[in-house]
Amino acid sequence: MQQVFSIPNSMKKDFKYTFCPGCDHGIAVRLVAELIDEMGLKEKTICSTSIGCSVFLYDFLDVDCIEAPHGRACASATGVKRANPDKFVFTYQGDGDFASIGLAESMHTALRGEKVAAICINNTTYGMTGGQMGPTTIMGQITTTSPAGRNVDYNGYPIKIAEHIALCDGTAFSARVALDTVPHINEAKKALKKAFQVQLDGLGFGFVEILSSCPTNWHMSPEDAHKRVREEMMPVFPLGVFKDITAEVK
Amino acid sequence: MKNNEKVLIKGNYAIAQAAINAGCQCYFGYPMTPQTEIGEYLSSKMPELGRGFVCAESELAAINMVIGAVSTGVKAMTTSSSCAVALMQEALSYACGDEVPVVLVNVMRAGPGLGYIYPAQGDYNQSVYGGGNGDYKIIVLAPSTVQECVNYTYRAFYLAQKYRNPVILLADGLLGQMMEPASFGENPYPEVDVSSWALTGAKGREGRAIYSCAPDEKKQIQHIYNLFRKFEVIAENETSYDEFEVEDADIILTAFGSMTRNIKAAMKVLREKGIKAGCFRPITLSPFPSKRINELAKQGKDFVVVEMNMGQMLKDVEYSVKGQSKVSLINRPCGEWLSVEEIVSSVEKMVEVSYAAGI
Repeated sequence: MQQVFSIPNSMKKDFKYTFCPGCDHGIAVRLVAELIDEMGLKEKTICSTSIGCSVFLYDFLDVDCIEAPHGRACASATGVKRANPDKFVFTYQGDGDFASIGLAESMHTALRGEKVAAICINNTTYGMTGGQMGPTTIMGQITTTSPAGRNVDYNGYPIKIAEHIALCDGTAFSARVALDTVPHINEAKKALKKAFQVQLDGLGFGFVEILSSCPTNWHMSPEDAHKRVREEMMPVFPLGVFKDITAEVK
Repeated sequence: MKNNEKVLIKGNYAIAQAAINAGCQCYFGYPMTPQTEIGEYLSSKMPELGRGFVCAESELAAINMVIGAVSTGVKAMTTSSSCAVALMQEALSYACGDEVPVVLVNVMRAGPGLGYIYPAQGDYNQSVYGGGNGDYKIIVLAPSTVQECVNYTYRAFYLAQKYRNPVILLADGLLGQMMEPASFGENPYPEVDVSSWALTGAKGREGRAIYSCAPDEKKQIQHIYNLFRKFEVIAENETSYDEFEVEDADIILTAFGSMTRNIKAAMKVLREKGIKAGCFRPITLSPFPSKRINELAKQGKDFVVVEMNMGQMLKDVEYSVKGQSKVSLINRPCGEWLSVEEIVSSVEKMVEVSYAAGI
């Protein structure tokens, strides 16, 4: 009998996901592990982990991981890569980690064109602490710290991360993807592969922003949460490739 | 600069060259007076040697870059000064919890806040007790000459890897900016085997993770006990100090860092004036040589702490003396170093007062 499904080699075999049921983190982590396997990177991978829902990544991924303080994953990844140019280095962060507390580190890592990849899960909220307003919370969104909905006078505007990173000259690839449907998951995997490949080719910073559901903090069923990703998030955060220097060369 | 020939060199450059000789593979830094020359020096030397150099966007980023680099088993460092070292406290706590061998050089200036570029010793507490969260300890080495800047830089890289713990080289603006003869020799310390923990990619083994977070209460408790057992071993093996003419001394002048120079000179003048003075100078501020100070105090010797702050090391000397003899303070918060004459006249007044009071 042909085996059609198995746990990727780059994932631990005895892990227990700490993610909530219906959360897209699980799919994102699996895509990363599949790519590490398919691209033959496991033995040269060092991951810079982050703080937030992604904090226990080292319990799921069977690769070398260094814990970075909140927001500092790109700085830590820079240190790993500068000390080991032959290694494959990536970060896995939430939007709060990457684009709020760590925005300076993230932008400057892109501007320096560090040959690392960064993955940012955008679920429009601080998930680990229970659903507070974050840098990507969309206008009108109700969170525990914006009970009347995000309001310009009090809170200003959300950041469009992938577009900002695309503006940095050191960025080789920047895209925004989603995990709400199978076609979108396939697109997401292609984007992640590109972000990994530009590093291997020494071209610069590779970045993928992944729109993710957060059923727990959105108080929605997984299905409704994916509907929200499509109907409320995508109009504000459109999917697409915002920079791909390999395409420009062609 | 790898032989025993003496060269006239500025403290900041001496630290930078010693880091190169010690095998520092990556430097990450941000400008901050009075230590900026370290980064300037390394900005040309490191690329020439094919080593890493990054002008970080902040001190916050710089020390986190060091954490990333040293977690892979290579030697790396950052350098900064007082108020910018304050920005690094979070990362120092992480580095202790993660057990990664960060080397940080702090060339102190005056504080609090921005303060100014005057020399000062106000970061004793920040270095020895730290501003990060949780129970942790950092190894702190305090040089008093440019030659010691070289020697202790070598030692800092060695101790950091040997114990998988951050090390701070605590210099000050005076040392960083002055020129003095120093020789570099060879790095006297052996290479430390890091293969059991360094992140090198999961080749022929399972993935390794370096982290401080343990969601299991028992594991977290055990982790902290393990760290403190390690600190005890460090204290046992690495506590170091210098002492001069303490055997027959009635009064022991105590200082750290470059103030050591002035108390040694003051001791000589006081002896000429018939006051039996000695000198004691901790080299490791952490671990602090409490045991030796306690022995000397038991012999009835009084201590005079001389420092360029409002009395920070004073507390550790008082703790070590445990009330067995008298502890006094001669200090100024920052700026012009306390001169030999000032120290001598202050000690003379103390002796006169004690004599008049019949103590």
